[in-house]
Amino acid sequence: MSARESSAARAGAPPATFDAAKVRADFPILGRLVDGRPLVYLDSAATAQKPRPVLEALRRFYEEDCANVHRGVHTLSERATRAFEGARSRARRFLNAADVSEIIFVRGATEGINLVAQSYGRQNLRDGDEIVISAMEHHSNIVPWQMLCEEKGARLRVVPINDAGEFLIEDYEKLLGPRTRLVSVTHVSNALGTVNPVRQITEMAHRRGVPVLIDGAQAAPHLGLDVRAIGCDFYVFSGHKVFGPTGIGVLYGRRELLESMPPWQGGGEMIVSVTFEKTFYNKVPHKFEAGTPDIAGAVGLGAALDYISGFDPASLAAHERDLLDYATRQLSAIRGVRLIGTARDKAAVVSFVLDGVHPHDLGTILDQEGIAVRAGHHCAQPVMQRFGVPATARASLALYNNRQDIDALVRGMHKVVEVFG
Amino acid sequence: MSDLRELYQEVILDHSRRPRNFRVLDGANHRAEGFNPLCGDRVTVFLKVEEDVVKEVTFQGSGCAISTASASMLTETLKGKTRAEVEALFEKFHALVTGGTGAPGGPPSPCGNRMSPGGESVDLGKLAAFSGVREFPVRVKCATLAWHTLTAAFKDENRVVSTE
Repeated sequence: MSARESSAARAGAPPATFDAAKVRADFPILGRLVDGRPLVYLDSAATAQKPRPVLEALRRFYEEDCANVHRGVHTLSERATRAFEGARSRARRFLNAADVSEIIFVRGATEGINLVAQSYGRQNLRDGDEIVISAMEHHSNIVPWQMLCEEKGARLRVVPINDAGEFLIEDYEKLLGPRTRLVSVTHVSNALGTVNPVRQITEMAHRRGVPVLIDGAQAAPHLGLDVRAIGCDFYVFSGHKVFGPTGIGVLYGRRELLESMPPWQGGGEMIVSVTFEKTFYNKVPHKFEAGTPDIAGAVGLGAALDYISGFDPASLAAHERDLLDYATRQLSAIRGVRLIGTARDKAAVVSFVLDGVHPHDLGTILDQEGIAVRAGHHCAQPVMQRFGVPATARASLALYNNRQDIDALVRGMHKVVEVFG
Repeated sequence: MSDLRELYQEVILDHSRRPRNFRVLDGANHRAEGFNPLCGDRVTVFLKVEEDVVKEVTFQGSGCAISTASASMLTETLKGKTRAEVEALFEKFHALVTGGTGAPGGPPSPCGNRMSPGGESVDLGKLAAFSGVREFPVRVKCATLAWHTLTAAFKDENRVVSTE
């Protein structure tokens, strides 16, 4: 049973079928107009919109419970601390982590990866060591490792992908060697939608005693997560992509690893006692949370995790699968459209190019129709190079999308063709 | 749709499909590369200047319709102009695409016929087709990428110019 299944079961009997209209009503922004046209939001892989319970949790925190955490003896401080730590325990449940001390609040997936690179990486990498990533990584899972490699004289090894955008497991096997110190791979590709076999990837690394980080930024909104089933050592995700606020995210780390790692940033909260001669660090997770955290953000994230955990995972997955298949079919039927990323196992992303029209122009024309898509390199320039395109247009889906959104996109594409003749 | 027709005028679509002077320039004595990290557009401008007069301009690269057409039309417009005239033209072009505010590296410039630093009035000519860009603020960088790159080429700055 995945984390999401277990929490859905706790939330009581889930609805048998997915009621998309009811879900849409939970997201106030979906009711707004763009230039007089209803918003068609197909950019959830960049950031997801926020449901009322999240907005309400933020408002309530600031209006009723606002205080700093882990400090005061007064009522509000105690309530804020409880709300903040309550969010940590929701994140633990969401990931099915063994213990709340394994949940570190960070600004987002990017900061989580940087924390591991700067703490675990600096402690454990030597000249000539190797880090393995894949060719479909977001810049946030490339650059922190490059910075570390430069400092340590270590080397980045990149697992290639095939023309469908799939991770090549045989090549990965060959890249794992005596100098491999860490594997860091995305769960779901933001530019291609590919779902990677993270469990197998982790097992293969562990057989050689190599720890694994999984970047879950794109997986968290769509897949039931279970870090213990995956077996990974680190897992990161961003709150704003799972319908929570911006500025908050989670780094999961196996407790024994976290305990062995040095702190990353120094300051308040991460200490037990400070003198000018010697400072004693706090225990995990607080050791990695210097300074006043994004308390309201964490509270909002907790509400977001409650919100998505309230859906029946099977009917939610079926809804998203139907939309992805429908979008893939409808877009493929347009003359001149080429899909970028056609992996067998995909989630929520349709990246495409249209013959003779730059994605940026396409994005502008769609915007005139109220349709929000991403046009660009999606912070994955190596992926663009792999497919020989400067950029793609990307329609990304979330639970609040419906077939009408896809139909609007297709009508918009016909307008693009009309303008560019 | 009218805003779109205004943006993607026939002359712009034509230049984006069949860019003019799209080649490396033999004998160029200035060049620079431009890059828009937002969308990945890249352009290299080659410039041949003799006694302060532009003899020839060419470009290469890849980009959206607006940035390609802008680069292409720029190469056709600048031949025979002095450096001061080119600067005045860029200022006027910038004012055109931004709606009169935010001149390139200077104070807001009035839209309309004005005197260039060289003392002669500059005429936008065909470049006036880019007036539709002002309704699309995020596309200003596309329209001006080649111009910023050209400015860098004049200074012979041996670096990549970024719009960010």
